[in-house]
Amino acid sequence: MDIPYTVKNRPDTGLYNGKLGIWLFLASEVMLFGGLFSAYIFLRTGVESWPSGSEYLDIPLATLNTLFLITSSVTMVMSWASLKLNDFNKFKIYAGITLLLACAFLVIKYFEYSHKFHVGYFPSYNNFLGIYFTMTGLHVLHIIGGIIVIFYFWIPGAKMWESDPERFTNRIEIVGLYWHFVDLVWSFLFPTLYLL
Amino acid sequence: MSELTPEQVKHHIKTYVLVFVSLAFLTIVTVGISYLEVSVGMGITLALIVASIKGSLVACYFMHLIDEKVTIYWTLIATVVAFLILIFVPLSAILDHTKI
Amino acid sequence: MSSEHHKQSFLTKYIWSTDHKVIGIQYGITSLLWLLFGFLLMMIMRYQLAYPESPIPFVGSLFGESGILPSEMYNSLGAMHGTIMIFLGVVPLAFGAFGNYFVPLQIGAIDMAFPKLNAASYWMYFVGSVIMAIGFFVPGGAANSGWTSYPPLSNIATTGQTVWLLGMVMLITSSLLGSVNILVTVIQLRAEGMTWMKLPIFVWTQFITAFLLLLAFPPLEAAGVLQLMDRLAGTSFFMPSGLVVSGEVLTNAGGGSPLLWQHLFWFLAHPEVYVLILPAFGIVTEIIANNTRKPIWGYNALVYAMVFLGFMSFIVWAHHMYITGMGTSIGAFFQTTTMIISIPSVVILTTLLLSLWGGSIRFNTPMLFALGFIPMFGIGGLTGLPLGLAAADIHLHDTYYVIGHFHYVVAPGTIFALFAGIYYWFPKMTGKRTNETLGKLHFFFSMIFMNGIFMPMFVQGLAGVSRRLWDGGETYAHAADVLYLNEVMSVSAWLLGLAQIFFIVNMIISLFGKKTGEKNPWNATTLEWTDTTSPPLGHGNFEVVPTVYRGPYEYNVPGDDQDFTPQSKKV
Repeated sequence: MDIPYTVKNRPDTGLYNGKLGIWLFLASEVMLFGGLFSAYIFLRTGVESWPSGSEYLDIPLATLNTLFLITSSVTMVMSWASLKLNDFNKFKIYAGITLLLACAFLVIKYFEYSHKFHVGYFPSYNNFLGIYFTMTGLHVLHIIGGIIVIFYFWIPGAKMWESDPERFTNRIEIVGLYWHFVDLVWSFLFPTLYLL
Repeated sequence: MSELTPEQVKHHIKTYVLVFVSLAFLTIVTVGISYLEVSVGMGITLALIVASIKGSLVACYFMHLIDEKVTIYWTLIATVVAFLILIFVPLSAILDHTKI
Repeated sequence: MSSEHHKQSFLTKYIWSTDHKVIGIQYGITSLLWLLFGFLLMMIMRYQLAYPESPIPFVGSLFGESGILPSEMYNSLGAMHGTIMIFLGVVPLAFGAFGNYFVPLQIGAIDMAFPKLNAASYWMYFVGSVIMAIGFFVPGGAANSGWTSYPPLSNIATTGQTVWLLGMVMLITSSLLGSVNILVTVIQLRAEGMTWMKLPIFVWTQFITAFLLLLAFPPLEAAGVLQLMDRLAGTSFFMPSGLVVSGEVLTNAGGGSPLLWQHLFWFLAHPEVYVLILPAFGIVTEIIANNTRKPIWGYNALVYAMVFLGFMSFIVWAHHMYITGMGTSIGAFFQTTTMIISIPSVVILTTLLLSLWGGSIRFNTPMLFALGFIPMFGIGGLTGLPLGLAAADIHLHDTYYVIGHFHYVVAPGTIFALFAGIYYWFPKMTGKRTNETLGKLHFFFSMIFMNGIFMPMFVQGLAGVSRRLWDGGETYAHAADVLYLNEVMSVSAWLLGLAQIFFIVNMIISLFGKKTGEKNPWNATTLEWTDTTSPPLGHGNFEVVPTVYRGPYEYNVPGDDQDFTPQSKKV
C-alpha cells in the first residue's frame, strides 16, 4: 500500500503532503531566524552606541550578492515552470544557473569573511561583528544546504523525471519554496546588518 | 499546483519576470535610502517597509502564496503571530526594565 | 511503500525500519532507559542531601577516594537530571513513542506521512542522546549550570556545557522533523469520515503538541547557536561588560545581556511544559472514556480549551523571570496572561472529573494511574498559582516550592499518565496481557512515595530553602527546622525506585507471556482497537482501511447490543 496524497492533492485541503511539510518546516525556520533577529534587536537596544553597517561591511559587494540571490530565485521558479511545461532541458539550464548564482554568492561571502579576518575583525571583536557573522553564517549554511539539494535533483536524482514526472515536479516545487525562503531571509538580513 | 495548465504557467512566467525586475529595483531603492540623512527610527522604518514589500513579492509570487490553500494560510498566521511575539515582547521587556 | 512480501534483513526490519510502529517502540525503549538513568542520578543526589558529605553507597568509587559527591558533580547531576528527564525521557516517550505508534492507527492511516523522515528523527534523537552521555566523560564532567543553562555561568562553565549545546541542537532538530511529520499526518492522512471533531482526544493533544514544538523550539536553537559562539568564538552575546571571574576582569568585548538568553530559553521552555502535559491529557482521556463506559463529558470544551492553552502558552514565559528586574508594566502583562492560562487547565480537569460521574468504572491498572493523575495534576496546577503571581513569587522563586510544583505536574502527573498508557496499550502492541497484581502494586506504592518525595518540598520552599544547594540548606539558619525533611524525601525517593521493580518485572514476564489472540481486550471504540490485529500488521496496519462513521467515545449507546460502538461501525 502506498501513502496517499504524496503526489495527488487531498480533496479537502487541496495539498499534497510534501507541500504542507515544507511550509511547516519553513514556519520553524521563520522562528529560528526570528530568534536571531530578536537577539539583534535586544543587543542593539541594550547599548548606547552601535556601529553602522558601513563601518565594517562592504555595501556595494553585498548589493551585488543580493542581486545574485534574487536572480537565483527567479531562475529557480523558472526551472519549476519549465517542468510544468514539460521542458526538461530548460529545467536543467535554469537549475544550473541557480546553482551557479548560489555558488557566486558563497564566493563573495568567502571574500567578505576572509578580508575581515585579515584585518582582525573576528566575531569576538564586538557584538555587531558577532551577530553579523552568526546571522550571515547561519544563512550561508542554509545556502549550502540548498545547493546540495538542488544539485542532487540536477544530476543524480533527475532520473525521477523519467519514472514519475509529476512527483519530480512536486519535489522541485518544494525545493523552490525552500530556496525562495532563503532569499527572503536575505532580503531582511541585508538591510538590517549592512544598511542600518 | 498540479492543476495548472500550460497557458496558466506561461502567464505566471510573465509575472515572475515582473517581480524580478521589481525586486532588483527595490534593492537599489533600499541601498539609496541608506544614504539619506534620516533619524535611526526613520531609517529602520523605511528599511523594514522596503524589505517587507520585497518579501511579500517573493512570498506571493515566487512561492505562489497568492493562490495557496487555507491550511497554509492558517499555518502562516500562527507563525507570524508567534514571530511578532518573539520580536516585540523581549523588546518591551528591555525597554520597561528597571533603571538602577 | 509497496506490499511485496520480500524477506527483510534484521537490520532493515528492526533497526533502520521506516514503520511507525517499530520507530515508536525504538523511541519507547530508548526513552524508558533514559528515564531510569535520570532517576538514578536523582537517587545519588538525594543521598548527598539526606546525609551530607557521606560516601555514596555502591557508586561512591566513581567520585574519588572519599566516595563523597563533590559539589560540582552535584551540580552536574542536577543539570543532567533535568535535561535527561525532559528532553531524553518524557518528551520522546510521550510524543516520539506514543505519538508515532498510535496517531496513524487512531486516524486510520497506514503510516506517518514521511516514514523515512520519521526514522531519521529517531536516529537524530539517539545520536543527540549519545552526545549528552559523552558530557559525563569530558574533563570537568557534564553540564553543571542547571538545565536552564543561564549565562554568564554557563558561558564560562567547563567543556560539558559545549557538549550539552551540541546535544540540544541535535535533539531540537529531531523534534522539529517529528513535529512536521505528526502535523502533516493528522492533516492529510485521516481516513474517510474522520473529521476533526471525531478525532480521539489523544490525536488532538499530539497535534497541538506538535505545533508547540514546531514554533517554540527554534528560538532555543538560535540561543544555543549564540551560546556556542560565546563559548567557542569568544563573542559576548550574553556577557555583560566588565565581568569579574575569580578576581580577574574578563577580556572579552562585553556589551551582551544574560537576560537575552533567559528570554530565548523560556520562549521555548514555557511551551515545553505544555508539551509535557498535553500528551498526558490525551492518554488519560482515552483511558477514562474506556473505563467509565461512557463518552467523555465536554468533548468540544476539551478541544477548545487545549487549543486556547496552546496559544496562550506562547505569551506567559517571563513568569520565570519576575525577579530579573523587569518593569512593573511588563510584569503585570505576564502575570495577567499567566492567570488566564490557568483557566483552560481547570476546564480540562473539570471535563475529566465530570466524565467519571455516572460511569461504570473499571478499576484496572491503566485506570488507576489515570485516576491518580487527576488529583496529582490538580496539586501541581494549584501550587503554580502563587508562583504565577509576581508578588508571591518574590518569596518562592528558586526555592524548593518550585521544585515541588513542577514535579507534581510531571512526575505523579505526566509520568503516571505515561504508565497508564503503557499498561493500556501493551496488549495492542504485543498481543499479550500485563499482570494486574503487579500493576496495582506498582500504582499504590508509586502513589505513596511520589507524595512522600514532593509534598515536603512545599514546606521547605515556604521556609525559604533554595534549590540547587549541594548541602540541602544545612548552612542556613532559616532551613534548620525543615532540614529533617531531606531524609524523609530521600528515603521516599529510594523506595519509589524500588517500587519500579514491580513495573520492570511485569514488563519482562508479560513480554515472555503467551499471546492471548485478543484484538480488543478493553472493548474500546477507537480504530487502533477495533480495526487492527494485536499487534497491527507490519505493512500498512489495516487489512481493510476503515471508514469512520461515529465519534471516538460511543460507549453505551442506547439501542445498541454492546456497551461500546466502534468508530468504524456503519450508522
